[in-house]
Amino acid sequence: MATNAVEERELVAAAGAPTPRRRPGSRLKWRNTLIGWSFILPNFVGFTILTLVPVLILFYMSFTNWNVFGVAQWTGVDNYARLVQDGSYHKALLNTLYYAVVHIPLTLAAALGLALLLNRKMRGVAFFRTVAFFPYITSIVAIAVVWNMLFSPEFGPINQFLTALGVDDPPGWTTSATWAMPAVIIVGTWREMGYYMLLLLAGLQTVPAELHEAARMDGASAWQRFLNVTLPCLRPTMFFVTVMLTIGSFKVFDLILVMTNGGPGQSTLVLSQYIWQKGFVENQFGYASAVSVSLFLICIAVTLFQFFWNKKKEA
Amino acid sequence: MTALETPPTDAPATPVQVLRTEDRRVGPVVGKAVGYVVMTVAALGLLLPFVWMIISSLKTNNQVFTVPVQWIPDPVVWQNYLDIWTRSDMTTWLGNTLLLSVGVTFLQVFTGSFAAYGFARMRFPGRDLLFLVYIGTIAVPWQSYMIPQFVMLSDFGLANTLWSILLLQAFGAFGVFLMKQYFESIPESLNEAARIDGLSEWGIWRRIMLPLSVPAIASLTLLTFVNTWNDYLGPLIYLRSPELWTVQLGLKTFISQYNAEYALIMTGSVLSVLPIAVIFLLGQRYFVEGIATTGVKG
Repeated sequence: MATNAVEERELVAAAGAPTPRRRPGSRLKWRNTLIGWSFILPNFVGFTILTLVPVLILFYMSFTNWNVFGVAQWTGVDNYARLVQDGSYHKALLNTLYYAVVHIPLTLAAALGLALLLNRKMRGVAFFRTVAFFPYITSIVAIAVVWNMLFSPEFGPINQFLTALGVDDPPGWTTSATWAMPAVIIVGTWREMGYYMLLLLAGLQTVPAELHEAARMDGASAWQRFLNVTLPCLRPTMFFVTVMLTIGSFKVFDLILVMTNGGPGQSTLVLSQYIWQKGFVENQFGYASAVSVSLFLICIAVTLFQFFWNKKKEA
Repeated sequence: MTALETPPTDAPATPVQVLRTEDRRVGPVVGKAVGYVVMTVAALGLLLPFVWMIISSLKTNNQVFTVPVQWIPDPVVWQNYLDIWTRSDMTTWLGNTLLLSVGVTFLQVFTGSFAAYGFARMRFPGRDLLFLVYIGTIAVPWQSYMIPQFVMLSDFGLANTLWSILLLQAFGAFGVFLMKQYFESIPESLNEAARIDGLSEWGIWRRIMLPLSVPAIASLTLLTFVNTWNDYLGPLIYLRSPELWTVQLGLKTFISQYNAEYALIMTGSVLSVLPIAVIFLLGQRYFVEGIATTGVKG
């Protein structure tokens, strides 16, 4: 970014006023700092109290046995020792990874496919973009209920359709330990792909048309042009989308709570839900904080990894 | 983009033109037709759950699940849309949700765009570091600090009040981020001109930046409104008294209470989605544009 006008004015002031009056420059700087902070302050106060402070308290709480009424007692690494041995926690962690590992590539591919499809100058394209984005903004509770009914093993339209296609033994979806997670992932992907499609669409529009034209001149096929022109140009957007998608996957909660409530058994129990359950249902705030810290660290670690991976590729 | 090798651009202009006109004649007609077919199929797939929801809300309970699916309700049970008001506290839920959504949106847009101006246009020590902290929290899921936040807000006596939801949704980093991205696309020379004309920084924010960023404001407004409207976990944790429930919370309990009344549940679902659908259709142009700007510079 070019030099800020305020700074320029400062320079002018400094230059216009020779040695005896050097003060105004620093006073201006002070003034700028104050004005700058005045803009940020209203948001910053709320942000500090409601986000930064809780994050700091979180780490402290994870070393205590805090529950709702009692006073927090320092218990050192007890909570973490318990995490290591807690089978439910392992299950939740594995399920979260399962969700992420399937949901991220699936959504990315679907979003990219949609974006490529809708990145043309055709009549009605705006309407299709709107349609694709619509699931993302509708209520998760309503969506989860509708899909649960669609997935209903005996009478649901999906299994009716599958039976009509000749599938003899259609899946039990949310009632089956094997199929519950795939069902949730399908709904998650259906809901979110429109959002990421829009982000990718914005990225696609920054790909210079001349590059495509030139590649076409050189006899590159559509697939080659996609690989060698579109994808490299799209990389910054892809990075952003992947990061957002990853964080989104790690915090999946509402969908699971309404669709399966973590079940059947613990087959769809995920970390956010486990935190909620330990904290707000069982009042074990200290232990729930330790689970939260692990979620926190995983997200930061994955984001940093993606960030440096991106940097390395850029170089 | 920097790593990209630039293909030869000095190719003569005419062949390109020729190629294009040829292309236009044969390929695109078929291509367009295929495109429309694929798009229509995709759109149907995306909308089908909603269609099913609306159709089911107009059926009797017995007709919701029939083999094969009955696509046209017969008889059309409009009564569901009257019954839901007497059998649930829909009015209270919608009222609470509206109140929260409007309040949160106002605070988020106001403080967010205000802070964004500070980040985008002012220079002072520590600014970049502070912005990095803001960005950093976008990478942290809310679920990871909801417990200490709840303990704090409970200590303030705000649990089980609408204030808790208002506060915890209103100061997110996302609004600051989105608005800053947009402000930075506005030429700095406008600021300089305004400063020379004697406008204060607050005046510039109010009279120049805000009017110029209508698409970003509209999209932040819509996104915040929709997020607050649809939030489930926040109200689930904080709002214990039934008279404080939002529509999502109400719908969920309604479902557990009337779990065999499929048609009525679908009616409630339609009502919970309807306001969002209307708002979305009114502002979808801005929506698309505003979201696009968040992604550009990542």
